[in-house]
Amino acid sequence: MTAPKYTTNEIMTIAAARLLKNGAVCFVGIGLPSTAANLARLTHAPDIVLIYESGPIGAKPAVLPLSIGDGNLAETADTVVSTPEIFRYWLQGGRVDVGFLGAAQIDRFANINTTVIGDYKKPGTRLPGAGGAPEIASCAGEVVLVLKQTARAFVSKLDFVTSVGHLNGGDARKRLGLPGRGPVAVVTDLCVMEPDAITRELTVARLHPGISKQQIIDATGWNIQFSPTLGETAPPTSLELETLRDLQRRTKIAHGTLTVG
Amino acid sequence: MAEIRTLREAIAELVRDGDTVAMEGFTHLIPFAAGHEVIRQRRKNLTLVRMTPDVIYDQLIGAGCAKKLIFSWGGNPGVGSLHRLRDAVEHGWPLPLALQEHGHGDLSNAYVAGASKLPFAVLRAYIGSDLPKHNDKIKFIQCPFTGETLAAVPSIEPDVTIIHAQKADRKGNVLLWGILGVQKEAVLAAKKAIVTVEEIVDDLKAWPNACVLPSWTISAVCCVRGGAFPSYAHSYYERDNRFYQAWDVIARDRETFQSWIKSYILDTKDFDEFRRALRESASQGVK
Repeated sequence: MTAPKYTTNEIMTIAAARLLKNGAVCFVGIGLPSTAANLARLTHAPDIVLIYESGPIGAKPAVLPLSIGDGNLAETADTVVSTPEIFRYWLQGGRVDVGFLGAAQIDRFANINTTVIGDYKKPGTRLPGAGGAPEIASCAGEVVLVLKQTARAFVSKLDFVTSVGHLNGGDARKRLGLPGRGPVAVVTDLCVMEPDAITRELTVARLHPGISKQQIIDATGWNIQFSPTLGETAPPTSLELETLRDLQRRTKIAHGTLTVG
Repeated sequence: MAEIRTLREAIAELVRDGDTVAMEGFTHLIPFAAGHEVIRQRRKNLTLVRMTPDVIYDQLIGAGCAKKLIFSWGGNPGVGSLHRLRDAVEHGWPLPLALQEHGHGDLSNAYVAGASKLPFAVLRAYIGSDLPKHNDKIKFIQCPFTGETLAAVPSIEPDVTIIHAQKADRKGNVLLWGILGVQKEAVLAAKKAIVTVEEIVDDLKAWPNACVLPSWTISAVCCVRGGAFPSYAHSYYERDNRFYQAWDVIARDRETFQSWIKSYILDTKDFDEFRRALRESASQGVK
C-alpha cells in the first residue's frame, strides 16, 4: 500500500494537531493554530476545549472561522463570555492548558514578533500587533507555536519582542516569575522543534518525512541545533488527511471562496 | 435617558473634533454605519480606540479623521494587512498617526477599569516584552500584598463610545447577544455613548442575565438596519467575507481608496444610500 500524498502545509497542520491531548483546554489563535486545533478535535481529541479570545469557550465550529469572532464559534460554544472575562478569569485565572499561537517571526528561544519588521518608529513593515499573544504567552500552562519555516521568519535577532518565549534561555521565565512553562514545541512545514531541556534553545526534534537537515539549516537564521535523538514525524494517516481536507473544503464553501458545482 | 434619533443628528451632536472615540465590536456588531457617518461629517484629530482596528478604522484613518490610534491588533481578519493603517504608520499618509499599542488582555482590562472609574487596570503580562519600551502607558507595579511584579495600564475613558446592537425598545434600552467583546465595558467607560441597532421593538423580551444596556447609560439610540455590514449581526445577517477580501484591493492604492470613499461615503447621504450604491456597482460588475 502506498502512503497518501500530502503537502508540506498539511503535514505542518497534522503534526501540530497531534500535540494537543484529548481534554486539554486550548486557547486558540486564528489561522493555522485554529485549523490544527479543530483537526485535533475532529480526530484524536474529541473532548478538547477550544477557547477563542473573542469569548467562545468550548467552540466546536462546523467550518473554520475566517475571523476570531465568527458567529459559528458562538453558536457551537458551551458558553460565550465577554473578552475581558476570557482574559481575566480563564487565561489569567490559570484555566488554560495550552496556548496555540502563530507568529510572524521567532528567535532561537521562541520569543515572538508580531509587531514590526525594522525600527518601531520607522517601520519597514508594520505587522498587526500583539492581539492576545503577550498574555497567552505569559499565562497559558504551555505554548505551542505553528508557523512556516523560512530564514525571514526564524531569525537570529528579533526586531521586536512582542510576546515572550524563553527570553534569553535557561530558567529565565522562572526567574522572572512568568506563570506558564512557555513554548514546548514549534511546528513548521519542515520539522518539529523543542526547547533544549537546559538551555531552552530550540532544537530540531523530528524531521518531517523527506526533509533534509540542510533544508532546515537553509530556512533558519541561526545555527540551528539538531537533537542527538533526532526522529522523524510519522506520515499523515488517511484519516488525518481526509478530515483536514474535508474541513477545509467545507470552510471554503461556507466562506464563499469556493463555489460548489 | 437615550434619545432615539437619526445617526446623522447623533454624530453631529455627540462626536467633536479632537475627541477620544471608541468604536467596539469584536468582529461581530462592528458599527460601520456610524464610522461612515463620522467620515461623512469629516471629523478630524480623533484619538481612535479599538481592540481590533479592522476595516472600519482603515476607512477612518485613510479618510484623515485620526491623529492617534490606541489598539491591540490591527489587521483585516482572515485577509491580511490594513493598507491605510500601514500607509499612515509607515509613510504618514494622509496624516501621521501616533500609535499607543497594547495587548488584548491589557486593553480589555483598561475598559473594565474605565467602566469601574478606577485610574488603572492591573494584569499579569509584559514581563520580557518590548511593548512597554515603546508605550509609556504600560508600567510595572509591585503588589502591595505579595510583592509580585504586575503590569498596570491607565483606564480607557472615551469621550464617546459607539457600538452596534441587535435591538432597542422605544425607551432606548438596548439588548445585544452573541460575541459581546468589550461593548458593554466600552459603553460604561465612556462619557457619552451612541448605539446603532438593527430594530426598535416594543418589548426587548430580554432573558435574565441578558446583556442589556439600560437607556440611562446611553446618549443616543439610532435605528440603522444592517448597520454592522460588512461585519455581522448574530441572528440577523452573516458576515460579508467577500467585502473584506475586496477591501484589500480597494485600500491597497491611495487613489482607489479615495475614489471609493468619495463615491460610497462622502457622496451618499446615509448608510442606506451607501448600501444601494454598493449594490448598484456590484450589479454592474464594479468593485
